[in-house]
Amino acid sequence: MTTTNSNRSLFVIQLAGANDPLNTVVPYNDGHYYDYRPNVGIPSDQVIPIDGRFGFNPNMAPMKALWDEGKVAIVNGIGYPNPNRSHFRSMDIWHTCEPEKIATEGWLGRVIRDLDPRGQNVITGVNFGRGLPRSMGAPGVPVASVGNLETYGLFPDVEEERIRGLCLDAFGKMYGGTIQDAVMDYLGQTGRDALKGADILRTAPENYSSTIEYADNPISQALKNAAQVMTADLGTRIYYTQHGSFDTHGDEVKVQGGLWNQVSGAVSDFMADLDEHGKSDDAVVLIWTEFGRRIRDNGSGTDHGSGGTAFIIGNQVNGGFYGEYPSLAERDQLDGDLHFNNDFRSTYSTIAERWLGLDPVSIVNGQFEQWDFIRN
Amino acid sequence: MSNADIALMAHLMRRAGFGASRDELEQRAARGYESVVEDLLIPGASNVMPDDLIRRFHVDMAEMRELNSAGAYWLYRMVTTDNPLEEKMALFWHSLFATGYSKLNQARSLMNQIDTFRRHSMGSFQTMLVELSRDPAMIIWLDNNDNHMGDINENYGRELLELFSMGIGNYTEDDVKECARAFTGWTLGNAEYMSTRASRDSIWPYSRIAWHFEYRDQDHDDGQKTFLGHTGNFNGEDIIDIIVQQDATARFVSTRLFQFFAADQVDSEGEAVIDEMVASYFASNYEIRSVLRTLFNSAYFKSEKARFARVKGPVELVVGAVRMAGTYQEPTFGADQLARYTMYMGQGIFQPPSVEGWHEGAEWIDSGALVERVNFVGKELGNPSNPGVKSLIDRMSASVEGPLSAEAQVDACADLLGPIELSDSTRQSLSEFAGEQGAADLRDGVRTEADDQRIANLLRLLTATREYQLA
Repeated sequence: MTTTNSNRSLFVIQLAGANDPLNTVVPYNDGHYYDYRPNVGIPSDQVIPIDGRFGFNPNMAPMKALWDEGKVAIVNGIGYPNPNRSHFRSMDIWHTCEPEKIATEGWLGRVIRDLDPRGQNVITGVNFGRGLPRSMGAPGVPVASVGNLETYGLFPDVEEERIRGLCLDAFGKMYGGTIQDAVMDYLGQTGRDALKGADILRTAPENYSSTIEYADNPISQALKNAAQVMTADLGTRIYYTQHGSFDTHGDEVKVQGGLWNQVSGAVSDFMADLDEHGKSDDAVVLIWTEFGRRIRDNGSGTDHGSGGTAFIIGNQVNGGFYGEYPSLAERDQLDGDLHFNNDFRSTYSTIAERWLGLDPVSIVNGQFEQWDFIRN
Repeated sequence: MSNADIALMAHLMRRAGFGASRDELEQRAARGYESVVEDLLIPGASNVMPDDLIRRFHVDMAEMRELNSAGAYWLYRMVTTDNPLEEKMALFWHSLFATGYSKLNQARSLMNQIDTFRRHSMGSFQTMLVELSRDPAMIIWLDNNDNHMGDINENYGRELLELFSMGIGNYTEDDVKECARAFTGWTLGNAEYMSTRASRDSIWPYSRIAWHFEYRDQDHDDGQKTFLGHTGNFNGEDIIDIIVQQDATARFVSTRLFQFFAADQVDSEGEAVIDEMVASYFASNYEIRSVLRTLFNSAYFKSEKARFARVKGPVELVVGAVRMAGTYQEPTFGADQLARYTMYMGQGIFQPPSVEGWHEGAEWIDSGALVERVNFVGKELGNPSNPGVKSLIDRMSASVEGPLSAEAQVDACADLLGPIELSDSTRQSLSEFAGEQGAADLRDGVRTEADDQRIANLLRLLTATREYQLA
């Protein structure tokens, strides 16, 4: 097993709603593509060519720049056997690595537990968003869910600073007293963890300065918050956020293009920000979505399909295409969808073992062939 | 009326409902404990806002196929109902017969399922299991539409025994197979058409048409079966008839009710109560109402032992706080946020993590969920302009004769929020807070908005305590 560099971090971006792979990495020289996408296709003169066959969506210029630097790995045809076209079920499968049965433990929850088995750092995993993404949920694994780093923590709507301070002091005391009761003790420990996590995280924006000006949209703000935490050296290793909705049943060209404009810009700013702080060698970004979309458009959008695209981005990434780009020919389709040709757990396993130095088998529930997208 | 009567009534209403204001507690306590139990067990017609009004005024709830709209609709019923036990029992059955949106993509069908639970919530358990087996959402959730004569799918047959009635260890693998055979032919109307739709309509794969149950005699395996020692040409109803006669079933249902209503942990005294509940189950011909009556009237339930012996689930917590704050009483935008908040706290309505339902008790709490709980309830009860908060402060104001000491403020707030029992150290910390934020004088003529805000600040902090997390 690779030796673990204890600063190596993973930034996971979930494209919620299911991103259309065909309009992301466009097969602009494939006649089938234009046959199936009379209304929701990207004209060949608009794509940003990668090679003679494929080009990026015109809104992905910043991503193309990272690609040209050799920092972007694209896994084509990613999926799992017997694809499920329900958003929720398919997300569950990606979150838990259990395609057959309904499971409750998330793969990143297991990653966090393996990185910090004794739970010494309450912010080993941080989600930028509300609630707990199922990927990060595992019994006994603390995860901070941060809506906005500047206002994160307890009592955010107490306007008067003095009163909020008194509330926080009192909370610390009330959750600190020992009470001879298992449930009360557990509540006390959890409350102290929450307070401690918030106290630590609050320091991040205070000590941060950067020349990068992130755009004013949710994914840019989430990645800015992530950069603030990363540069503060708080020991956080797993970062999570999501952006969307990519569920483009209608008006796809405009909606999906706008979203990719935001995501590409945010990732590019984020990488530049980490560069400026000397942190970019420690970061890998994974961008995933629960499934692809139908090959044939529905007039203004596309319906749920299978066979998606994942991105792995970073200085330590071997850029290039991984996995075969699925054929659009009718005989090769899966009920009108792109046929997946590699299991998402291969990508997860590669990240778990080659990037984070963990045993991937227990994390992804099995042994899967790995890719070479992480540099040795 | 003694303080003890009020405290007992508050306990009953936290468990058999979602908590109650002091005015409501006094009115109920005046009727006597056992009469109130009967009121709860035999409610009149429900007073909830009619569906058509909710749909006209709550634009955010109008698309009932959507997860959060449907969740908000049900939460709204819980917030406004005068029959809280009816909704609490529907929530109990939803936790036990946990069916999830993830597979169905159709919240309307889940709402129909909850309607079925509500209709049979305190009636015969036998009827409930038959209705459950005929419920379209359950049929899809556990694949009974794939359970055919000569080609069984065991999923529903197994969970009916393991998770819904008897519990593991009380039947054999052969019983599971025979049970599944008996439920062949219990499927959805128009199943073939629906499956064609599903392959073409990826937004609402199962939904644009109403689901209903259909029994297909030609797909039902009418052969001889041996189930739990009985032999015959059993159909599903016969299987359920055998299931409900089992001691294991009576004990399973009684235990789950005990844990949901009395205490997360069952000790030996609790076992004795469960024995009595089992006896009521058989004496009443499997009537859940009788089982609950035995529980609520038991010495154990009324004793100090059962007080604050449960961790509030997120739905209980949110609905309790909203009812106490008096918010969301009128149609308002943003009610769908309530459904999102319970999800942030780990209990998304119609989103159980699996068919086993939610892990309850202390497992409701993790650091993220605790922050969400404290912040949500604090926002509701820390705002002195919310009607319930205002009337609570008015009530305090009516009985004061001078400026309140810090300790007196804490005691009055803890009393009117529950009464909640505070540990000495919690009370001490709250008193220090009250002292440091400044005096509050609630006397008429002297009382200002600043005084009200200070009391509300204290209420906010009280709801952030460990003690408040318990029901």
